[in-house]
Amino acid sequence: MSTATTIRRTALNETMRKYGGKMVDFHGWELPIQFAGILKEHEAVRNSAGIFDVSHMGQVFVTGADAFKLLQKTNANDLRKATPGKGVYSHVTNPNAGLVDDIIAFCLAADRYLVIVNAATSTKDYEWFKDQAGKMLVTIENKSDDYSMIAIQGPSVPKMFETFAPEALKLPRFGIAEKDIMGEHCYVSRTGYTGEDGFEITAPHAIINALWEKMMELGKPYGILPCGLGARDTLRLESGYLLYGADADDFHTTYESGYGWVVSLDKGDFTGREILARQKAEGVKRRLTGLTLTGGVPRPGCKVFLEGKQIGELASATYSPTLKKGIGVGYMTPADLKPGALLEVEIHGRRVPAEVVRVPFHKGTAFNKGIGA
Amino acid sequence: MPKPEEVRYTKTHEWVHLGEEAVVGISDHAQHEMGDVVFVELPKIGQKLEKEKPCAVVESVKSAFDIYAPVSGEVTAVNDALTGEPAMLNQNPLEGGWIFKMKPSAPAEGETLMDWPAYQEFLKQSAQ
Repeated sequence: MSTATTIRRTALNETMRKYGGKMVDFHGWELPIQFAGILKEHEAVRNSAGIFDVSHMGQVFVTGADAFKLLQKTNANDLRKATPGKGVYSHVTNPNAGLVDDIIAFCLAADRYLVIVNAATSTKDYEWFKDQAGKMLVTIENKSDDYSMIAIQGPSVPKMFETFAPEALKLPRFGIAEKDIMGEHCYVSRTGYTGEDGFEITAPHAIINALWEKMMELGKPYGILPCGLGARDTLRLESGYLLYGADADDFHTTYESGYGWVVSLDKGDFTGREILARQKAEGVKRRLTGLTLTGGVPRPGCKVFLEGKQIGELASATYSPTLKKGIGVGYMTPADLKPGALLEVEIHGRRVPAEVVRVPFHKGTAFNKGIGA
Repeated sequence: MPKPEEVRYTKTHEWVHLGEEAVVGISDHAQHEMGDVVFVELPKIGQKLEKEKPCAVVESVKSAFDIYAPVSGEVTAVNDALTGEPAMLNQNPLEGGWIFKMKPSAPAEGETLMDWPAYQEFLKQSAQ
């Protein structure tokens, strides 16, 4: 049996269908693209509350005396920022300073980390960590198949959690707590991919459907909506979050992606550090640059022009429900385009005027507490 | 404004209200499949249309969809209101959501398009 042709279903599949999810094949996973509609779902998250099945995301546990050492070696960010009960957003770098993946590494205890990895890269990350560990005293376990994950996102979500998990309200942005829910050991973190405040819960499959229903019940007074991949993408792109495989990959570096704050050059050696140090000193030749336009809807792959000359193409692009215009990011050369610079984007053979803007395009409530702190 | 039973349908889910000046839009089924429409690229008045060739684009949040000319002819009017309010295509695809009007050059072409019962049957078949 080939795993490449077998569609994978999350433990929430039946529930997604029950709520009217329009199911699609997303990199081999059957997930809802939308329920009530992308605009409604997007607005629910920006204004109140939305809930997502993100069970395709992976969980890699790194434990043992050298757990910190391994993660410090393989990450551009400084894992010392992840003290017990806290996580750090980071880039796992390859020797060319490209990205193996972008992850969140949560420190559960000094010798125990939970690394949340992307769906399509979970096996690659696991193999990479094992390869890099060599003789280190560390156990690496890919438990992606053992866990489901839901994201509850929006400014009203803390109110939903007042009775359900009051201790979670004390979590700072990127904080994590281990908590027994419905008799199962779960991980609750104040994280998300929407730009809004909220939580993500990693839980065993056995309780995930009951947990989803509980969240729908707690969210009812706030008009919570089940949300699909469509809204997840518009929300994350407005927030300037990278999508691995589109905006980040093995061949573009952290500085090129505009995520320089993730790189900690002074923490000691790590994979790809020399290249990053050089890029920091000399500057980059291409950079992930944001633009907006009103004369159409830009899509990934659209060519971008400056004074008639192609300077790149869009890696991610869509209609922004919050800004009510087209938004997109792409790697552009020159790398030093300033906000306000005028460009053109080719949409269905037409050159549509566009303007360089700073990313994020929109700052939701998650930005009030600082990202990556 | 036409009722669903009073217009003809294409296999690409446009509707056309036949007449000396034909009116063209997308079916309710099509708008539902597209999702939230956020932009419409209208044809130009005077533009020559060839049956089954793309002549406009409807963009939803999700994706872009080509609109095909149901019959050959020339564009006589476009629904400029869609520029400011593209969501009309979702809310009322047969009234406020009309896309353009045209003067058919070969009126007989229209008679080969599906009527309402045939379109219903076509949708049923496509769903299987």
